[in-house]
Amino acid sequence: MSQDNNGSRYSIGIDLGTTHSALACVDLAASDGEKTVHEVLAVPQVTSPGSVQALPLLPSFLYLPHPDELAAGDLSLPWGAEVGASVGTMARARGATTPIRLVSSAKSWLCHPGVDRRGPILPADAPAEIDRVSPLEASRRYLAHLREAWNHAHPDAPFERQSVTVTMPASFDPAARELTAEAARLAGFGPVTLLEEPQAALYSWIQNSQGGWRKKVRPGDVILVVDVGGGTSDFSLIAVREIDGNLELTRIAVGDHILLGGDNMDLALAHTVARRLAAEGKSLDAWQMRALTQACRAAKEVLLSDAAAPAQPLVVPSRGSKLIGGSIRAELSRQDVTAVILEGFFPKVEAAARPVQRPRIGLQQLGLPYAQDAAVTRHLAAFLGRQVGALAELPELAARQPEAASFLHPTAILFNGGVFRAGVLAERLLETINAWLASEGAPAARALEGADLDLAVARGAAYYGHVRQGRGVRIRGGTAQAYYVAIESSMPAVPGFEAPIQALCVAPFGMEEGTDVAIDAQFGLVVGAPVHFRFLGSTVRRQDTAGVLLDFWGPDELVPAGEIQATLPTQGRTPGEVVAVTLHAAVTEAGTLELAAVPVGGTERWKVEFDMRGQPIEA
Amino acid sequence: MSNPDRSAPPPSFFRRLSLALSVLFSGELARRLVEPPVAAAPPAPAPAPVAAPAPVEPPPPPPPPPPQIITLKEATPDAALQLLGLLQRDARLIDFVQEDITAYGDADIGAAARLVHEGCRKVLKEHMTLAPVRTESEGARLTLPAGFDAAQVRLTGNVVGKAPFTGTLSHRGWKVTELRLPQLAEGHDASIVAQAEVEL
Repeated sequence: MSQDNNGSRYSIGIDLGTTHSALACVDLAASDGEKTVHEVLAVPQVTSPGSVQALPLLPSFLYLPHPDELAAGDLSLPWGAEVGASVGTMARARGATTPIRLVSSAKSWLCHPGVDRRGPILPADAPAEIDRVSPLEASRRYLAHLREAWNHAHPDAPFERQSVTVTMPASFDPAARELTAEAARLAGFGPVTLLEEPQAALYSWIQNSQGGWRKKVRPGDVILVVDVGGGTSDFSLIAVREIDGNLELTRIAVGDHILLGGDNMDLALAHTVARRLAAEGKSLDAWQMRALTQACRAAKEVLLSDAAAPAQPLVVPSRGSKLIGGSIRAELSRQDVTAVILEGFFPKVEAAARPVQRPRIGLQQLGLPYAQDAAVTRHLAAFLGRQVGALAELPELAARQPEAASFLHPTAILFNGGVFRAGVLAERLLETINAWLASEGAPAARALEGADLDLAVARGAAYYGHVRQGRGVRIRGGTAQAYYVAIESSMPAVPGFEAPIQALCVAPFGMEEGTDVAIDAQFGLVVGAPVHFRFLGSTVRRQDTAGVLLDFWGPDELVPAGEIQATLPTQGRTPGEVVAVTLHAAVTEAGTLELAAVPVGGTERWKVEFDMRGQPIEA
Repeated sequence: MSNPDRSAPPPSFFRRLSLALSVLFSGELARRLVEPPVAAAPPAPAPAPVAAPAPVEPPPPPPPPPPQIITLKEATPDAALQLLGLLQRDARLIDFVQEDITAYGDADIGAAARLVHEGCRKVLKEHMTLAPVRTESEGARLTLPAGFDAAQVRLTGNVVGKAPFTGTLSHRGWKVTELRLPQLAEGHDASIVAQAEVEL
């Protein structure tokens, strides 16, 4: 069998999800063009103490057991026992009854700029005696588990020698991307490539069509990928163009990071039912609440997938051994689902609607920045509104959109994420978008059929490794944002006024992997002392080139993206000496952004680090 | 939801419950269940080390048997205990069966049965692949040729004469085409089918 030039037999795709992870692969040697041989790995995991089962999804949960809690051998896996913590199904189940020992949503913490992401901070509400882990370490554990599972199943094709792609939200900032790559490195991975999840979903759709996708999209299409996972919502826009007779895909915009997903929906239903039970004098403890949430999820799926289904009975089992005597009965009606899910999460709103932002009052708890507005449709309206100019660089597509358009007009929609198993929700979203399009006289958008909602991201990532070898269409796009450093302009101090800030573009929008740019502007760096810069990102300014200095920008055009920090080593220099440097930006093959300071006239390069230590939350 | 591609209705809940129980408490049936899965099944991952007296993985298939004296095998208790543990964990089956139901009304029992039913279904779906032994619909007339497999089909009623036998299918039968029980760690005590819980 022929091996490809890197010596990889397989292309492995890993979906490192907020609530679930998965691993898929494409057998490169056995695949040909758009016909691929692929599979999803069943991942052995501890499902209850002392019991191991192989399942296609690995719950992204880490449980830190008490030393007396488990018997010897309870955390045995086929490749050796887990030490100090357990990953997967049992972790999730145990954590439901002992939440102080459960690490969940590590991925959302990985991109939380307000915390030290390499510091031991999780579980956030663990008592002092529990050895906490960092978001980076939790992510490393999930990835290492998948690597071991692969090596166990494929002793003849070691993981380290395969081509590996790890996915992340399109909205991840450069620091979170770098942390994801770092977690992979620490987990014993070889070189990895990062891929945005909505792109992976589209790759999976292309793979599923076995070449038929060329008949399902046409040049001029703008595909909106709506990915609503367990914990996050992620949007991307991908344009279809014809270049030299071939269809080309270009990712033209990505949305903000929105912590809102399917779990919020199940929880909202459970709280609705729990309130009703409380009114009857029946209160639920945390364990029963979880059972109710699971019952609501199942009932919701029945009610949303069958328009004729009657109200669904819910049974919350007692915790003790008296099942019949202690169970609590409730009901989930169609009105509940309609009011909570359809009207709460997918309301029919105008295209001009925007998410409600309540000002945060007083001291904020150091938690995850969950979305304040639960309406996916309002977040989507905001995204399309902000990206109205996303086609500016593609004149042949821009011509199709009316001048007066108030939002970007998509022509096709790809749904991803388990939430859309309920076809009603995808329909509601499509209806809402089509109402927006109709209000501006644009033709209706269509849904792209044939997506695999749960495993598309992992499968698409594996397929990406295949197309990277030139064996299929590749989505172009480069960086999803333009990046800037903030510079205080030199002007006389005026009491009570902050010096105005200018923004220097250091990396333009759409930088492709393997490219770099340098800017001429010079900075003075002090040898031996760290120098901090405020870092800014923009998902809308496509025209700025590296080195452009902005004096003014629109209110939402540039958003803070943390801090960057440069330290010049003292070797060969006097501490305190000021050295003039220029900045270079490069996008690595892996897909991370690297900034380097280069002394004027010199050849050394010093890495400029993203600050991942977190800044104190401003009250 | 019922499986749409089965024309005949599935047996009632209690029939299935009794089937499950008969698996648990019949050594013979349990033994058949832990026989190696059909050839089409994907290869099982390599087994975890298992306590010596109680192997969970099916024993290696014996060499093709010449005419021999058939000895009766002891059922391995671990797999049965494991299945019971899963049925308790996901369906609260032991709690349900062990509870005295005489004092409760049908509505209460029904509510609990719903939970047990849903959980049992989940366990069966997750851990085994079930298929009917006969694909004909129940009530259909069928003919069994000479040499039919008596392990798969049980003759009832007026059992006289010689094959081929023609009769009416009263039950399609069930067979487990694949069994996917979790692997057990060495030394794991499978007889604890539900741990006691102490909330601190």
